[in-house]
Amino acid sequence: MTVSADTTVVAPEPAVPPAETTFQLLMREFLSSRLAILGLVVVVIFALAAILAPWLAPQNPYDLAQLNIMDSKMPPGSESMEGYRYWLGTDGQGRDMLSGILYGLRISLIVGAGSAVLACMFGASLGLLAGYVGGRIDAFIMRVVDLHLSFPTVLIALMILAVLGTGIMNVVIAIMVVEWAYYARTVRATAMVEREKEYVQAAECLVLPRRRILFRHLLPNCMPPLIVIATMQVARAISLEATLSFLGIGVPITEPSLGLLIANGYEHVLTGEYWISITPGVALLVLIVAINLVGDRLREILNPRNRT
Amino acid sequence: MTSWLLRRLMQALMVVTVVSMIVFAGVNVIGDPVEILISPEATQIEREQIITRLGLDQPIWKQYLAFVGNALQGNLGNSFVYNEPALDLVFSRLPATLELAFCAMLLGSLIGIPLGLFCGLYPDSKLSRLIMAGSILGFSLPTFWVGIIFIIVFSVHFGWLPSGGRGETVEFLGTRWSFLTLDGLQHLILPAINLALFKISMILRLTRAGTRETLSMDFIKFARAKGLKPRRIIGVHLMKSIMIPIVTVVGLEFGSVIAFAVVTESIFAWPGMGKLIIDSIYVLDRPVIVAYLIMIAVLFVVINLLVDVLYATLDPRVRVGGAA
Repeated sequence: MTVSADTTVVAPEPAVPPAETTFQLLMREFLSSRLAILGLVVVVIFALAAILAPWLAPQNPYDLAQLNIMDSKMPPGSESMEGYRYWLGTDGQGRDMLSGILYGLRISLIVGAGSAVLACMFGASLGLLAGYVGGRIDAFIMRVVDLHLSFPTVLIALMILAVLGTGIMNVVIAIMVVEWAYYARTVRATAMVEREKEYVQAAECLVLPRRRILFRHLLPNCMPPLIVIATMQVARAISLEATLSFLGIGVPITEPSLGLLIANGYEHVLTGEYWISITPGVALLVLIVAINLVGDRLREILNPRNRT
Repeated sequence: MTSWLLRRLMQALMVVTVVSMIVFAGVNVIGDPVEILISPEATQIEREQIITRLGLDQPIWKQYLAFVGNALQGNLGNSFVYNEPALDLVFSRLPATLELAFCAMLLGSLIGIPLGLFCGLYPDSKLSRLIMAGSILGFSLPTFWVGIIFIIVFSVHFGWLPSGGRGETVEFLGTRWSFLTLDGLQHLILPAINLALFKISMILRLTRAGTRETLSMDFIKFARAKGLKPRRIIGVHLMKSIMIPIVTVVGLEFGSVIAFAVVTESIFAWPGMGKLIIDSIYVLDRPVIVAYLIMIAVLFVVINLLVDVLYATLDPRVRVGGAA
C-alpha cells in the first residue's frame, strides 16, 4: 500500500511497543473478542461459498436440464428418485435450495459490496472536499446531505427504481445514491479535524496539488471511521437489496438474490411449505448479523475514545 | 423568526420543485413518454392525436411547465388500470396507510418507552440486558423477513390471526377504518407490530439513554433529598425532561413509518398507498407512480418543515443558530 508511507511520516510518538506495528496491534485487539472472531469466520465462509458457488453447489439452479419438476417442494433432508439428498429441500420448480442459496449469496454479496464501494468512493470524495475546502462548497454539499438523510432509504431507492426499472446495475446505482450521504457526513467530520494538523500544513507549504493532499495525505488519516461505516453499510446494502428484491423491484427473476428467493418462497408459505422462504432468510440473517458483529468490534477498536 | 421561517419555506418549495423535476425527467427523458402516458391499446391515429393534445411535440421545458401547471390543479393524469385520476386514487389509499402508521407509532411508544425506562433504571439487571440484546435484533432484522415469520407462526402454524387484508371496516369521518371493528383489529395487529418493531428498538434505546443521563442530574438528586416518592420522581421529574427528545423523534419518524409501510403493506396485502405503488410499478401504471412520488415528497417536506418549526419554537438556540 502506497498510502502507508504518508501515515508513518506523520504518526506522532507511537504509543505501541516498537516490536508491534499498528496493524498488528489492531489485529490483536480485534481477535480478543470471541463474538468478533465468530462474525469474521462466518463472513469469510459466506464470501468463499459465494465465490466458489459454481463448484460447491450440487446443482446449477439456472440449468433447466438439471431440474426435475417431480422433485418440487420437497422438505429438507428428503431424497430424490435418483437417491440424491436435498439437505435444505427444494422449491416450487424442484430446484435444490442449497444450490439456490449459494448462487443467491453471490448476487447479494456482489450488490452489497459493489454499491458500498461505489458509495464510499463518491461519498468520501465529496466529504473530503467539503471538510478540507469549507466555505460555500462545504455548506452546499452538507445541505444536500442533510436533505438526503431526511428522506428514508427505502423511499429514495423506490423512487430511483421506479424511474430506472429493475436490474442488478440499477439496484447497485439506487443503493449507491441512497448511501453516499452517510460516507460524506462521516468523512467530512474527520477531515475538518485533520485539516488543522501540521502534516496538512506541511503538505500545503510544499505546494502539492490539492488532489494529492486530499487523497494521499488527508484520506489515509480519515480511514478508521470510514472502515467502520463501510462495514456497517455493506450489511445495510445487502438488507436493502433483499428488501427491494422481495418487493419485486430489485434484481431480475433470472438472477435471484437471497431476497428474491425469500419472495419466491413466500408464495408457498400459506400452504405450509415454509422452508422455501425460511432457509434463504436464515442465510441472509446470519450474514447480516455476522457483518454487524465485525463492524461493531471494528468500531470499538478504531474509536480513539475507547483507547486506554 | 419571520425571515427564518420564510427562508425555510423557500427551501421546502425548492425541494418539491427539484423532486418534481427529477420525477418528470425520469418519466419523460429516460422512459418513452408516449409509451408512458398513452395506454398501449391505443391505435396509431389515436396516438398522434394524443401526442399533439398532450403537447409532447413541444420542447421539454414547455412540457415541464405544462406538467407543473396541471399538477398545481391536482391533475396528474388518469391511472391506466383503474381509469380514474391518479391523485384521487393515491389519496383514497392514504387513510389505510395512515391508520397502519399511526398504530405502529403508538405501539412503538407504548412498548418502547416503558421498556426503555426499565432498562435505564436497572441497567445491570439480567432482564434489561436481555431487552437490550433483543433491541439489536429489532434493528438488524429486515422488516420483510420478520413479517414472513409472523405469518408463518401466527397465521399458518397457530391460525390465530389473519395473514392479510384489512378485514371488516366501518365508516367514520368520511372514510373506512379497520380499528373500530374486532375483525379489523385482528387484521391490523400483525402488520402494526411488524412495522413497529424497528421503532420499538429505537424509542427503547432513546428512552434508556435519556433516563441514564437524567438520573445523575442535580434536580433528580435534589428531588430525592427532598424525600419525594420514587414514583413521583420518575413519573413527573424524570419523564418531563426525557420526553422532549422522544416526542421529536416520534414525530420525525412518522414519515419514515409511512415509507417503510411499503414493505409491510406488500407482505400483509394491506390496501394502502405502499401496496398501490408496488402494484403500479409491476404493471407500469406510470401516472400513479408519478402521483405517489410527488405526493410523498410533498408529505416529507411538510413533515420536515413542521418538525423544524416545532424545534425553533421549543428551543430558541436553533433559531439563533439558523440565523448565523
